[in-house]
Amino acid sequence: MSGAHAAADPYRIGHYGGSHQYTAEHAGGGLVSKRIITGYGFWIFLLSDIIMFSAFFAAYAVLVNATADGPSGRDLFDLGNVALETAFLLLSSFTCGIASIGAQRRRRGWFYIAMTVTFLFGLGFVLLEAREFASMNAAGYGPSRSAFLSAFFTLVGCHGLHVSAGLLWLLTMMAQVFAKGFRADILRRILCFSLFWHALDIIWVGLFTVVYLMGAGQ
Amino acid sequence: MSYTGEGPELHDTAPGEEEHEGVGGYVIGLGLATLLTAVSFFVAGTTLVWQPSIPVALVVLAIAQMGVHLVFFLHITTGPDNTNNVMALAFGVLIVLLVLGGSLWIMARMNANMAPMPPTMHMPR
Repeated sequence: MSGAHAAADPYRIGHYGGSHQYTAEHAGGGLVSKRIITGYGFWIFLLSDIIMFSAFFAAYAVLVNATADGPSGRDLFDLGNVALETAFLLLSSFTCGIASIGAQRRRRGWFYIAMTVTFLFGLGFVLLEAREFASMNAAGYGPSRSAFLSAFFTLVGCHGLHVSAGLLWLLTMMAQVFAKGFRADILRRILCFSLFWHALDIIWVGLFTVVYLMGAGQ
Repeated sequence: MSYTGEGPELHDTAPGEEEHEGVGGYVIGLGLATLLTAVSFFVAGTTLVWQPSIPVALVVLAIAQMGVHLVFFLHITTGPDNTNNVMALAFGVLIVLLVLGGSLWIMARMNANMAPMPPTMHMPR
């Protein structure tokens, strides 16, 4: 009877008090694996991180025209460089997914190779961004030049810091698999890492659209 | 009838997790994301279309690509085993829209309501 009830109500909206038998079990944690709870908690963190980025996006959008007679995005942005960065991050997101499949299938070689490729693409992204920042600084267009550039360096730099932290996390995961193997807790951490890495790519989609493509095309 | 814990209707999925994990989903996601990115970069530089439509097109393409990433890379789907993840996502999207829309709206209105200032009277830096 509880099965029929659940089939008619896949979202289990009406189940509080309706079939207390498994509601109690569910609430007691008997049916939900630790992996799902960990992933869900990390998903909540990622959403809060995205909300933080939305505040930086809002600040950038408000300040984008406050150039204080300095250069605007059209003068500064090199779309070829941005296209290369985008390709690196997208490919690293793909290979990260391949690595997580390898981890779930307990294939060490597959996991190490895919994670190494992910690391190299991510490192290439960070280096390209660092080179862009350095050349802008050298030309006198650092974050203190105008409110537009302050907002630009804050938004893009914050994403770059996230990617850099992700690279360190990636190396940690490889070391942990090397030292401890594919234990359940290590697999949970790999799940969280891959979520983090994919979420960074989602933020980059918003970033290259709003900052670079719209900025250069004004 | 006692519940055994094996019915599909009680199965939750962690974000990022797929039932039958395979490379195929990631390949499809990579292809779609590459396509959308390429179109974005093409549209940004083109003179073929009416210019004021370009930012709108870019925003639509970006949202589509975020959807592709969510479905094919993070495996956030609309299936019944994903309800919690989708609910959290919906709340996140709500807050993002409030922060972005509210900031832009309020600041644009403030700019419009400012008295015009001569260039020498800019705000002190």
